[in-house]
Parts: sequence; structure tokens; C-alpha cells
Amino acid sequence: MSYPVLKGAGYILAHTPDMIIHNGTTQTSERIVNPDSEYLKKLPEHIRSFEEVVSYPPNQTYIGNITPEELAGYEAPWQDKKVENADRFGKLGEIMPEDEFIGLMQISDAFDLVMLEESFVNDVREKLEKHPLIGDDLISKLKPGVELSAIEAQINEHGAEAIYAGGKVVGCVKRAHEIDANLTAHVMFENLVVKASGVLSLLNLLAKNDLDPADVEYVIECSEEACGDMNQRGGGNFAKAIAEMTGCVNATGSDTRGFCAAPTHSLIEAAALVKSGVFKNVVIVAGGASAKLGMNGKDHVKKDLPILEDVVGGFAALISENDGVNPILRTDLVGRHTVGTGSSPQAVITSLVTAPLDKGDLKIVDIDKYSVEMQNPDITKPAGAGDVPAANYKMIAALGVKRKEMERADVATFGSKHGMVGWAPTQGHIPSGVPYLGFCRQDILDGKVNRAMFVGKGSLFLGRMTNLFDGVSIVVEKNDGNADAGSAGVSEEEVKTLVAEAMRDFASHLLGN
Amino acid sequence: MDLENQQRVKDLAEKHGAENIVVIVGAAEAESAALAAETVRLGDPTFAGPLTGVQLGLEVYHAVEPEFKDVVDEDIYDDQIGMMEMVLDVDEIIEAMHDVRDAE
Repeated sequence: MSYPVLKGAGYILAHTPDMIIHNGTTQTSERIVNPDSEYLKKLPEHIRSFEEVVSYPPNQTYIGNITPEELAGYEAPWQDKKVENADRFGKLGEIMPEDEFIGLMQISDAFDLVMLEESFVNDVREKLEKHPLIGDDLISKLKPGVELSAIEAQINEHGAEAIYAGGKVVGCVKRAHEIDANLTAHVMFENLVVKASGVLSLLNLLAKNDLDPADVEYVIECSEEACGDMNQRGGGNFAKAIAEMTGCVNATGSDTRGFCAAPTHSLIEAAALVKSGVFKNVVIVAGGASAKLGMNGKDHVKKDLPILEDVVGGFAALISENDGVNPILRTDLVGRHTVGTGSSPQAVITSLVTAPLDKGDLKIVDIDKYSVEMQNPDITKPAGAGDVPAANYKMIAALGVKRKEMERADVATFGSKHGMVGWAPTQGHIPSGVPYLGFCRQDILDGKVNRAMFVGKGSLFLGRMTNLFDGVSIVVEKNDGNADAGSAGVSEEEVKTLVAEAMRDFASHLLGN
Repeated sequence: MDLENQQRVKDLAEKHGAENIVVIVGAAEAESAALAAETVRLGDPTFAGPLTGVQLGLEVYHAVEPEFKDVVDEDIYDDQIGMMEMVLDVDEIIEAMHDVRDAE
């Protein structure tokens, strides 16, 4: 059977400066442990404007306006660099300002939980009416505004979570149950952020790739939050909720979780569903995390940098039946970190990189581009975590040296040839492999890249259920144009069958003689 | 060093005695390795965890330092750490670890 294809990808960022201060866990924890800290006092001076966020080179890369190669042309660090004439709308997605995003949170709210102040919501309605992808059906879900006093009463007396914009309370998310810990205002706020950013991602995927939402048959949501109530904390289902909002009337879906590795797990699951013939068009989508805003803020402020984790990220991609054009997902070249793999970096890279390559009789250098954890080094380096993609490329190259496929001198240069600089915000699952899907499709269609590998890794110990590490990987390559036959040629099983038949035939002739 | 690991180190030092504990750090960056080392010797410099103000003075080495490498099985070392040795800035890490140990 034919391989599935990568038909398109969409990417969004929502600039949420007030959510850094009021919803990022580094800040909310600090407010509990050390409310008078210097960090909390200095923090507001380090928040960037929307214009600064839009022109920031890694963000322009995320939404497809400049390529990773062009980003590498800007001298790092990039926090003081600008892309000239930067646009909030990009080839692959968009960057949304906080007020519009708050409006989208109310649009995404199906249970009357989001209250917005009257003048704020009127202003936002006007802005969203001009948004190219927010149609009247979505605008109509904005509710009439309320008095600020009603919002304050909800916050002060009924446990609602305040929504801030421009430093002021402009609304709130009400709790969805009186005593249920999984339906508190805090949880509902985070889940509505996921849903709204997932909705915007899917809208961008559909619009930027000229896709019909009615063609989508299945949606897999792969963020890191969970929705449910006290009887089923992670019951779900963000996927169907997002599909409902985006006109995917023929779709159902489910949520896949696996920490930062979940997007690559989902990519493989989507590819498998299409290859098996169960569904023709499967979307993978993820919203972002308000909790992770300003996660490394203390280090950024200490080093007099802006708070660079000031955006909620989202992405979506469509996996479809082979059309003979778009890049194929090699479902036979999949790597996985198993329970028995072990945790040494060597064992991890072997399981994720060289094990799938060995299945296809490929060498490390046969992959033109590796998309690993594409975290923006501007964010991670000042926090003492180094340049994450660069470290990954060195590890892959070092394994190549151990396998005698490469020379030791190649370790330093491997990244510039087979890798990319990182550009994605540190939103956990968001930087994990998938930021390159959109560029990869174009690079392969343009003949610049023949074969790429996507690697997703996850730190499962954070959930306190296992100390195991996790990861999966898959190879994407140029479509040979033969949609019916696929490009795998004849499988090993088919060869064995053919040989066996020939042998039987030969034997029967011998017996006959 | 995260708060849970700080608590684990503290508990182990109390149970077995600080003089009987050696901490092996595996951080990929010199800065974070030094921070972890400082935490188990002088206390948590970020004033956030259980080792805040607790000077355990533990022996601490990074996994790529010769003090550790020379006393473990060569083959196992190569299997578990050999690849990372090629990747990490070993000299920088060793210098940072020395700086912490020599600080008192």
C-alpha cells in the first residue's frame, strides 16, 4: 500500500504579556514563596511590546516568513535583532496580540465561563471582525460585555481566575464547578488557552494550505494539558472541541499525550491511520501552555534580557492519502525509545536515529535535515540549558563517529550541514520536531531536501508515574510521484513470497522429472 | 538543582553521613554543573529548595572528570558516557567543577 503524505502545516503564536505575570507558573510560584522578590518587581520592565514580538527573527521563522537558513544569517543572539517590515501574518501562520486572543478564548468557551468587560469586548469584536480567518460564525460567539464590578465579584467571591490585558482586569474565567478540583477557574483558564490556540492553529492550517475543513475525518490533539472532571481528569477531548470550532463537520478525534514527544507520536499515529486506509485525512493539532510563559524568566531578568517566553504556541498539520506530489511519511522507518532501551544518551540516540535508518539501510548522512527539539537558543542559553538543537546534532554526529560512519572532526560541523538553528518557543511540545514540518514540505517540493527525520522526545518523569524517558521518530521523504504503488518498491515479505514460490515451482519441476 | 533532588541529597546525607556521600553530576553545561555542585557543597544559591542555607560540603564530581572516569569500568563508561564525552565541553566543565571545589 502507498505511503501517506504531509499535505500542509500551520503555526501560530499568541503574544500574552499579562499572562506571563499572572498565569506563568514561575511567576505564580514566586508570588507564593517570595512575594516581595526583586524578580517580581523588575519583571514588568522586561516585557516586550507586540511589535517587538512580531519583528523578533525566531518568531518570524515560526510563522514561515523567513526560513531557518535566513534566521541563521542573523547574528545570534537575536533578542536585539529585527526583521524589517515584519508582518503578524505569515506564509504558514500568524502572531496574534493578547486582546484578540482573549476574545478567541471567549469564542472558544462553550459553557459561558468567560466574562469580558463591555468596552474591552466591543474593542476586540471590532478587531476580530477584520481578522481574515475569524468568520461571522465565530464572531457571533462573542458575548455582550458586562460591568467590571460583576467580574470583580466573580474573582473575589466565587473563585474566578482574572483575565488581564494592558495591566488591568478585563475579564475572568469562572470556575465550572463548585468543588471539583479539575474544573476550577485555574484549570478552565489553561484549557481554554489550549483550545483557543489550537483553534487558531487549525484555522491557519486550513487557510494557508487551501484545505476544505469538511475533508478532515479525524483530529489528534497533542498538547500537554488535560480536560475532564473529578471522575476523569484527562477524559478529553480537545481534538473534537477544536474540530467543532473550525468547521471540521465530518471529523471526530481524540487526544494523544506524551509530554514533548506527543506531536511526533501523533504524526506517526496519523500516518498509520491514513496508510491503513482507516481515514483519508487526519489532522494533528496542539494548543499552547500559559503555564510555561516566563518559565526561565528569572534567568532572563538576571541577565537583563527581555522575557523571551512571552508567546503561547500552537501548530497543526494535515496527513493525507498519497497524492503523488507531497512528501511521504515513511511508516516503515520509525524509531522508538522502548521500555528496555535504557537512558544513556547513546542508547536514546541509537533507538531514535540509527535504528530506523538501519531498517532502510541508510546512513546518518543520508538524512538531509534532522528536526529535533528546535528550541530557540536565545531562551535556553541564558538559562544554563545551552543550545538544545546544536547539542542534539552533536550527539547524532558523535554516534556516527562511534559507528565509524563519520570522522571525529565532523562532530562540530554536522549541525550546520544536517541541522538547523532553533526558532521555536519553549512551550514543551511545540518545539519538538514539528516546527520544521511546514518548511520541510516546501524544501522537499522545491528539491532542496530529499529526506528529513523528525524526532520527538519527552520527559515522562515529570508526571511521577515512571522515571523512563521517551521518544519516537519518523522519516519524511520526497514523493516519487507514483501515488498508487507507493515508493517502497517490493517489501521484504513480498520478496520472500516470490522467492518461495519460485523455489516451490523449481522443486515441483525436479520432482516431475 | 530541582527541589526534589535537593531533598533526596539532603535525606541521603542525613541517613549515611555527609562524609560517606559522593555526588556525581551529569549536567550538560558547565554553568548548570557548577550550580548543582555548589548546591550540594554550600547550599542552594537560588534560595528556593530544601538545601537553602544548608552547607553539606559533599564530595562532588562531574561524570566526565578523571576522578570519576578513572575508577569505573572502561567499557561501561564508554558505553554509557563515551558518546557524550565527544559532545560536551569537557575542559570547561572540569574547570567549573574545580572552581566550585576550590571555592571554600
